Amino acid sequence: MDLFFEFFSLQDPNIRYVLAGTILLGISAGALGCFAILRRRALVGDAVAHAILPGVCLAFIVAGGKDPFMLIIGAFIFGLLSMVTMDFITRNSRIAPDAAIGMVLSVFFGLGVVLLTFIQSTGYIDQSGLDDFLFGQAAAMVGTDVRVFGGLSLLILVLLIMAYKELKLVSFDIPFARSIGYPVKRMEFLLALLMVMTITAGIQAVGVVLMAAMLIIPAAAARYWTDSLRVMLVIAAGVGAFSGITGSFMSFTAPAMPTGPWMVVSAALMFLISFLLAPGRGEIARHVQRKKLSFKIACENILKTIYSLEEADGRTDRVRTCGELAKKRHIPERKLQKVLTSLLKKGLIAWYRGNPDGYVLTVTGRDEAQRLVRVHRLWEQYLNQQLHIAEDHVHEDAESMEHLITSDIEDQLRRSLGSPALDPHKSKIPYKDDGGKGGRPGSKLPDGDNRINNDPEEYPLKPGKSDKDHKKREGRS
Amino acid sequence: MTNVNPPHTGKQNPPIEVHDLTVAYEQKPVLWDIDFELPESKMTAIVGPNGAGKSTLIKAAMGLIPSSAGYTLIYGKPLDKQRRNVAYVPQRESVDWNFPISVMDVVLMGRYPHLRLFQRPSRKDREIATESLKQVGMEEYAKRQISQLSGGQQQRVFLARALAQDAAIYLLDEPFAGVDAATETVIFNKLQELRTLNKTVVVVHHDLQSVPDNFDWVMLLNLRMVAFGPVDTTFTDENLQKTYGGRLNILSQMVERSRQQRFIRETES
Repeated sequence: MDLFFEFFSLQDPNIRYVLAGTILLGISAGALGCFAILRRRALVGDAVAHAILPGVCLAFIVAGGKDPFMLIIGAFIFGLLSMVTMDFITRNSRIAPDAAIGMVLSVFFGLGVVLLTFIQSTGYIDQSGLDDFLFGQAAAMVGTDVRVFGGLSLLILVLLIMAYKELKLVSFDIPFARSIGYPVKRMEFLLALLMVMTITAGIQAVGVVLMAAMLIIPAAAARYWTDSLRVMLVIAAGVGAFSGITGSFMSFTAPAMPTGPWMVVSAALMFLISFLLAPGRGEIARHVQRKKLSFKIACENILKTIYSLEEADGRTDRVRTCGELAKKRHIPERKLQKVLTSLLKKGLIAWYRGNPDGYVLTVTGRDEAQRLVRVHRLWEQYLNQQLHIAEDHVHEDAESMEHLITSDIEDQLRRSLGSPALDPHKSKIPYKDDGGKGGRPGSKLPDGDNRINNDPEEYPLKPGKSDKDHKKREGRS
Repeated sequence: MTNVNPPHTGKQNPPIEVHDLTVAYEQKPVLWDIDFELPESKMTAIVGPNGAGKSTLIKAAMGLIPSSAGYTLIYGKPLDKQRRNVAYVPQRESVDWNFPISVMDVVLMGRYPHLRLFQRPSRKDREIATESLKQVGMEEYAKRQISQLSGGQQQRVFLARALAQDAAIYLLDEPFAGVDAATETVIFNKLQELRTLNKTVVVVHHDLQSVPDNFDWVMLLNLRMVAFGPVDTTFTDENLQKTYGGRLNILSQMVERSRQQRFIRETES
């Protein structure tokens, strides 16, 4: 805890420096990563990150030790070289881009490891800090490092903001950009350049092995929260900055531990949170949506079941028992109870105590059930008449479509079919306007009125008192 | 909207002149020696069977894909000097409609040719974009994310972007593919309106039936240009038979043969 306060009180100027550096890096990598993933170039970033290792090693050899300027130049040259190589392979051979990326990544990285071993085996070069470039060590940054790497991040950010409009266009619609004479090639080169710069800026804090994650993960997390590129860039930058803070904090508390993995882990945590909790797109929200939809479908199916029982015996005044419905619909008792409770609450069905206890449709409930049966049969008729699908093949499809057909589509179906009287199975299609006819006394009652004409001798009905009463009774059956 | 007038030279140059255009994909020739001059202020349909090279023709004419030979002039001047005057509407499927931008953002891209590099769109550009959306009946969707649009609405947004560009020539690649009836009407009406404003309109089209009623000129294409001229005289059964004729003709046999032999054509671009 003390360490926590010591770190975040920012008393130590070195802490301030390093923190500024990693936050800047997180921001620029996060923002640039958005363009990388939207243009489906994320893997290219990974390859470039690995491919700069030989450049880093050569910089050590040339400078005889760690020198931030030489590092940047070395990393830059090899980053660009790897990009050119990937491009060359894809363009001039039958090798697909993914294979070219894989080849460049491993060959360049392998070369880097060879050089690394070579430097370690000679005593001539000051190799302190060289290992840090594999997995990053933010705390090892000194004033010059921060100024150089932080300055690079800042430059990336400025370029990104300046060329925002152009980068957006090139990421979205290249054919159009070409057609209006935009320098697409130069824009793509700028993006490549920015990517190499970002990776270079990250070699000290994150290291070459994991740098690509700082491009990809914040952007992937941000995509869950928004549909606006601008907002996505800001969120990705925020996630990147947060990872930067976490990384540098860990680097100070446990100096033996590399920073890169911590930054990546904290970014991944943010991704996990986004993946689960983001409204609309997150897994939990989607699960809830699916559940809601499936419950709605179950409710509509029970309404339809009662309606079809009414159709079968022509009695709207007869109660349908729980068991009857469960048997007809093959639905587990527990779920049926939930469905019935929800339908009762919405006033679509009413519960009657009697012998036996059971349910009837209310006026609104019957209207709704009728609507479902109507769109079901209209859809069957549409499939059969206009798409020429055999009548014994249309039912299954209509079973699912009936829950999705809106009143607008229903109107279109009616117009296109001319409000047919019968469906392909010769069942009557019920329309609202003839609802009063054909033995449906319930529909004459005003909305929400649960009284129905009943025959007291056959079914001595008494309306149930409350939901509670209903539950109690059902519990016993 | 301000009207972009074609640059006036002594002799009236045609809006688009294409000379000896030849395109080969991976050694497979897909367009042979296409040569034509587009008439001013007319609506032209490019029709032909699948794989005839219709889209390829306008892409190559616009320099979007490399061609083996040939060049394009716009009002007698090199294409690159005239790009602002040509509004190109790509096929709907050519972009990712899940891209995180709004309808307004897309339409504003039509203003980019009028802006300098790195210059942000102004309030005036936004007004023009809004007006273009209004013209295709989509002004209420300005703030909508593009992934929420139906196919027809996507196509209208693309048309609005071209309108915002305020060009003299409009090239549309399959604008009626997979759109609803309402959108089809909106697009046809809009294109006819453009023609009355003396704009030149070219449409890559797949519905032969709607050609006579909606277009002035027609180009029949099947790897080579079969016929090109006013609909009345060109859109004949004989020409259609030549274009859509079932049997492999000698040309397509040669195309297939050169593909199998990995015949390498001299390429220069």
